[in-house]
Amino acid sequence: MSGPRANGEFPRLDPRWIAGLCLLALLLCSLFVASAQTGVPPESQSIAAALIKWLPLVFSGFLFNLLVSVLSMALGTAAGVMLGLGLISERTALRTACAGAMQFFRNAPWLVLLFYAMFLIPFKIALLGESIPFPDWIKAVIGLALPVMANVAEIVRGGIVSIPLGQWQSARSLAFTRSQILWLIIIPQAVKRMIPPWMNLYAILTMATPLISIVGVQDGLTMTRSALVAEGRPELFLPMYLVLLAMFFAYCYPIALGTSVLERRVETQG
Amino acid sequence: MTGVADWFRWLDSAYGVNLSIFYDGYDRGRFLVGIATTIELSIACTVLSVAVGILGAWLQGSKSSFVRAAVRGYIEFFRNTPPLIQLLFFYFAIGTLLPTIPDAAGGSRPIVSNMGWAIISFSLFAGAHNIEIFRSGIDAVPPAMREAAASLGHTRLQVFFLIVFPLALRISFPALNNNIVNLVKTTTLAYAIAVPELLYASAQIWSEDFNVKEMMNVLLLIYLLLVALVVWGMNAIEQRMRIPGYHV
Repeated sequence: MSGPRANGEFPRLDPRWIAGLCLLALLLCSLFVASAQTGVPPESQSIAAALIKWLPLVFSGFLFNLLVSVLSMALGTAAGVMLGLGLISERTALRTACAGAMQFFRNAPWLVLLFYAMFLIPFKIALLGESIPFPDWIKAVIGLALPVMANVAEIVRGGIVSIPLGQWQSARSLAFTRSQILWLIIIPQAVKRMIPPWMNLYAILTMATPLISIVGVQDGLTMTRSALVAEGRPELFLPMYLVLLAMFFAYCYPIALGTSVLERRVETQG
Repeated sequence: MTGVADWFRWLDSAYGVNLSIFYDGYDRGRFLVGIATTIELSIACTVLSVAVGILGAWLQGSKSSFVRAAVRGYIEFFRNTPPLIQLLFFYFAIGTLLPTIPDAAGGSRPIVSNMGWAIISFSLFAGAHNIEIFRSGIDAVPPAMREAAASLGHTRLQVFFLIVFPLALRISFPALNNNIVNLVKTTTLAYAIAVPELLYASAQIWSEDFNVKEMMNVLLLIYLLLVALVVWGMNAIEQRMRIPGYHV
């Protein structure tokens, strides 16, 4: 961890940015060292050329991972906010049901929930005479949204509970109704505290998206594996997987840095 | 036992709820091996990842900036890349570079098995998180403790392992608890490299018996039980480690 910053501002040359860039550079360097050192038979392409050939395909797959992550996050957040509000409901039955659902989806492994969604959601749903198709990738989005929902619910609940009770009491003494207090006074304050863990969850979700390749959705990992099968050269395994890892790293590390900056800001502002 | 088996057979024929693991010896065997493998994987990874966490947290306090940067790089790499790709990277990329050793049957086998790679990969992944967890625990130990220990003539190593770390461990217990629960959930990824753990065993059963729905529900139930067991066990350890009169 870097030391505490006096003003909480983000300095231009934060050592952690430099560390991240160095790590990325190290990854890329190791790629070139790997491609230079391995004995390449003269008739086949060099490793670097093979990498460049497959890079667009792998990158397009990676972009699909990002699309899935954004859609799952949107769906999971919408459902999770509702579940989270259910967790602080005054009705005992509703609260218990929501708590049960939250515990269930939070503690089940992501991959198992993904299998669950893939197998148990029908491939099309008949609604008002129209049949709405559910392709595999939409089922995968739903499957990933389930654990996201439960985690968002916990973040929402935690954020609301962290606001001092005095806020509720003083708002009530001003004759606000319960829903007014919640939406006008508590939630606007709580949102600021919910954002860092929410961003962290998004990074975790993004890193979970390659799971969809296990259930047969074609993502960046699928593309990498098919490229490796097509080439059939074991010496390509190391650089190709490194490239894919570097893509995820380049996307997730800035999110992690941003999260910790915001966390510190929330801590200092209280 | 036959009564139970008969009842589940009846359940299948009367209601179409096919829980073959209760009446078919072969399925039951695979399933129990799956549970045992998942537990074995979880325990091995927990022990190793905690060891990695302790070592890393200690190295992060090192005087050499090179060592600190190396540990930092390791943490950031494993925390910000997908665990599934890490596993495949180890299994396919590193695994093919390593030499094979002759086996009893006269063929050759890789020097590290699928299970071995799963343990290595998940331990490094969870270990990176553990370093951060222990590090923040260590930062929360009052500096006066360290100074007092040093003034009693303890060496740096002694101060860390006898005074700072035992206190830091207690402070970081809730976060460690979370991470171990995550680790148990992460063991399902070993499915991707055909380690016969619970998910893999269940997938084999449902693809032969076409009882996806039933096996899915059993699977979720067992994972929830395992997680509950971990939480219960960790809470018990936390209670036992509590120092009377010292509130962390």
